[in-house]
Amino acid sequence: MTLNWFIFNEPSGGVQAAAKQCSDSSNGAYNIKFEYLPSQADAQREQLVRRLGAEDDTLDLLGLDVVWTGEFANAGWIEPVPAAIRPAVTKDVFPSVLNTARFEGRLYAVPIWSNTQLLWYRKDRVKEAPKTWAQMIKMAEQIGRAKGQIQVQANKYEGLVVWTNSMIASAGTSILSGPDKIALDPRKTDLALATMGTLANSPVAPPNIDTSTEDTARLGFESGSSSFMINYPFVYPSAKENAPAVFKEMKAAKFPQVDPSLPSKPPLGGINIAVSSYSKHKAAAFEAIKCLVKPENQLTIAKAGGLPPVRADVYDRPAINEVYPGFADLIRASIRDAAPRPSESPAYQDLSLAIQDAVHPVTGIDPKNPTSTYDKLKDNVQNAIDRKGLL
Amino acid sequence: MSAATATAPGKTGKVTAKTRSERKLGLMLCAPAVIMMLLVTAYPILYAIGLSVQKKDLRFPTESGFVGLDNYVTVLTSSLWWQAVFNTVFITVVSVAIELVIGMAIALIMHRAIFGRGVVRTSVLIPYGIVTVVAAFAWFYAFDPSSGFVNHLPLIADDKAWFGERWSAFAVIIMAEIWKTTPFMALLLLAGLATIDESLYEAARVDGATAWQRFTRITLPLLKPALLVALLFRTLDAFRVFDSIFIMTKGAQNTESVSIVGYQQLLSRLNLGLGSAVSVLIFVLVLMIATAFVKGFGTTVPKGN
Repeated sequence: MTLNWFIFNEPSGGVQAAAKQCSDSSNGAYNIKFEYLPSQADAQREQLVRRLGAEDDTLDLLGLDVVWTGEFANAGWIEPVPAAIRPAVTKDVFPSVLNTARFEGRLYAVPIWSNTQLLWYRKDRVKEAPKTWAQMIKMAEQIGRAKGQIQVQANKYEGLVVWTNSMIASAGTSILSGPDKIALDPRKTDLALATMGTLANSPVAPPNIDTSTEDTARLGFESGSSSFMINYPFVYPSAKENAPAVFKEMKAAKFPQVDPSLPSKPPLGGINIAVSSYSKHKAAAFEAIKCLVKPENQLTIAKAGGLPPVRADVYDRPAINEVYPGFADLIRASIRDAAPRPSESPAYQDLSLAIQDAVHPVTGIDPKNPTSTYDKLKDNVQNAIDRKGLL
Repeated sequence: MSAATATAPGKTGKVTAKTRSERKLGLMLCAPAVIMMLLVTAYPILYAIGLSVQKKDLRFPTESGFVGLDNYVTVLTSSLWWQAVFNTVFITVVSVAIELVIGMAIALIMHRAIFGRGVVRTSVLIPYGIVTVVAAFAWFYAFDPSSGFVNHLPLIADDKAWFGERWSAFAVIIMAEIWKTTPFMALLLLAGLATIDESLYEAARVDGATAWQRFTRITLPLLKPALLVALLFRTLDAFRVFDSIFIMTKGAQNTESVSIVGYQQLLSRLNLGLGSAVSVLIFVLVLMIATAFVKGFGTTVPKGN
C-alpha cells in the first residue's frame, strides 16, 4: 500500500533516501510517497490544517514542526503513538526533544531530526568566544560597526519567538508554566528583554535588525561585516561554498548566557513525524515511522542535509564528525540543554503571534526600562492563552 | 426586471390561462440561474453570518456553541481591527486618487493617439494582465535590499529596508497597486471618452474655449457616468487589497488590511467564528461604499441632448 508523507521538500535528499530504504525493506508492506509542502513553516502548517480540518483521508504521515504537536493533538488530528513501538522510537532521544512530541503527558509524534542554534564567531577578530550577551556586545563594540555586527533573527515572524524564548529561558524563567498558565517572572524577563534592547540599540546591531531572518543573518555574516551570529548549523556548509575566506575564520560556540550565573538555554527546532487520525493505514504508518527514525536513517539524514540526529547515541558514531567537523559535541550539548518553545499550549499559533506583536520591533525595547514591553508581553500572552481578541 | 414584465399583464385584472402558463414557463426558465446564484452567493453569505454568531475554532473542537454578538464585540473593540480599517482606507484613497489622475491622462492620450492605437492600448494594458501575486513578487524583489535594484539607484540609501518600516512599506504596496490597476481605470475612462460627441468640442473651439475649459466644461461632465463606474469598481477592488500585502509584509510593521486580518483569523488561527465576524464586517463596509457611491454621487445617467 502507499503511504502519503506530507512534509516540506528537504533539499538534500537524505529524507528521501531514508524513506526509500524503509519502503524497500518492508517487503512490500508499504511504499512511502512524498507529497511536498511549501518551504515556509507557516505555509506548511496552513496546508496541513486546511486538509485535516476537512478530514482528508489521503494524509498518512505528517512532518510536523516541533511546535505544532499541542495544536494538532488537541484538535484530534493526530494519533497517539501506540505502546508497542514507543520504546523503540524513544530510546536515547534527548528529553528536551521528546517533550516537543508530547501533549498532556501522551506521546503523539516521533522526533526524526532536531535543530539548534549556535553562536558563530570570527576567530581572527576575537581570541575567545564570549560567554554572555553582555560580553559579546562589548567585544563587538570594540571591533566597531564596520566589522563587529551581531546577527540575530528579529523580523516579525517565528524566528523572533525562537530568539525571545531562548533569551527568557536563559534568564531563568519561562513563558508558560503549563498549557494555560503564564510564568514570566518579572525581574528575570526584564533582564532578557533589556539584553535584547541593548543589542538592538547598539551601534553593532545590523541596520536591518527589525527585518532580519536566518537568511539575512547568514548573508550579513558571509559579507564580512559581522563578527558574531546566532544561527542554525546550515550556515557552516553555506559559508564554505559562498564565502571561503569567512569560512576559514568561522568557529562555533554555545548560545551565550543572559544571566552569568545560569547556563544558557539554546533554541530548539526540528521535525517530528505523526500519523493522521483520518489515515486508513495507521498501523502501517507507525511501522514506517519505526523504521524512519532508526539510528542509521538519522545518520543518513544528518550526512546529506546536516540535520542533527535526535538520539544522543548517534553522536558517539565517528561518522558524525564528518557532518559537524569539530563541533558535534557542541551540537549535542546545545540540543540537550535547549529550551523548547511553549508549544504545550494548543493555542501556540496565537501565542506566537502575541509574542511577536509584543517584542517587535526590538529596536523599540528600552534597555534601561523594558517594563512597558514586559507589560505588553504579559497582557498579550494572557490574551492568547484565553484566546481573546484578534491577532 | 423579469418580475416587472411578468406582473404587467396582471394589472388588467384578468389573467388568461395563456399568460399564466407563459409566466410559469418564464419562472421555470429563470429557476436554474436563480438557484445557481443562491447556491454560490447567498448560501456562503448566510453560512458566514451563521458562523459569526458561534464560538467555533477547529483547534478546539469540543468548545463550540452560540455566543450571540460576542465575536463582533471582540472585533469592534480591538485596536488591530480599527488600525486595519484605517490602513485599508488609506491605501484605497491614495491609490485610487493617483490611479484616477494617471488613468485619465493615459485615457486622453489613447483617445487622441493618431497612429498605432492598437499597440498603445495593448501595451498600456500589460500590467493589468499580470497575475497580482506575480506582480507583487516583482515589486517585492525590486525593493528587497538583498536582491533588488532600487537601492542601487542614486539618492537612495544602499541599505534602506523598505519593508522594515510602516510608511515605506505602504509606499511600495501603493505603488504596486497603482502600477497594476491604472490600466483598468484608463480603459473604463477611454470607453467613456469614446461616447462624447466630437461636434461639442468643435462648437466650443469656435466659441473660443481653451483646452482646459473644454476639458472641465465638456469632457468631465459628460464623462461623469463612466468616471463614477470606474471609481466605484476601483474603490471596491482596492478595499479588498490582499495579495500585495500578503507577499510583501504579511501584515508586519502594522500594514494589515482588513482582508489580511480576516485571513489570519480564518486560515492561520482556524477561528471560524471570529474570522467570519471579520468577513461579515468587511461585507458590510463594502455595501456601505457601494451605497455611498450610488446614493451620494448619483449614478443616474445625465440626460443627453
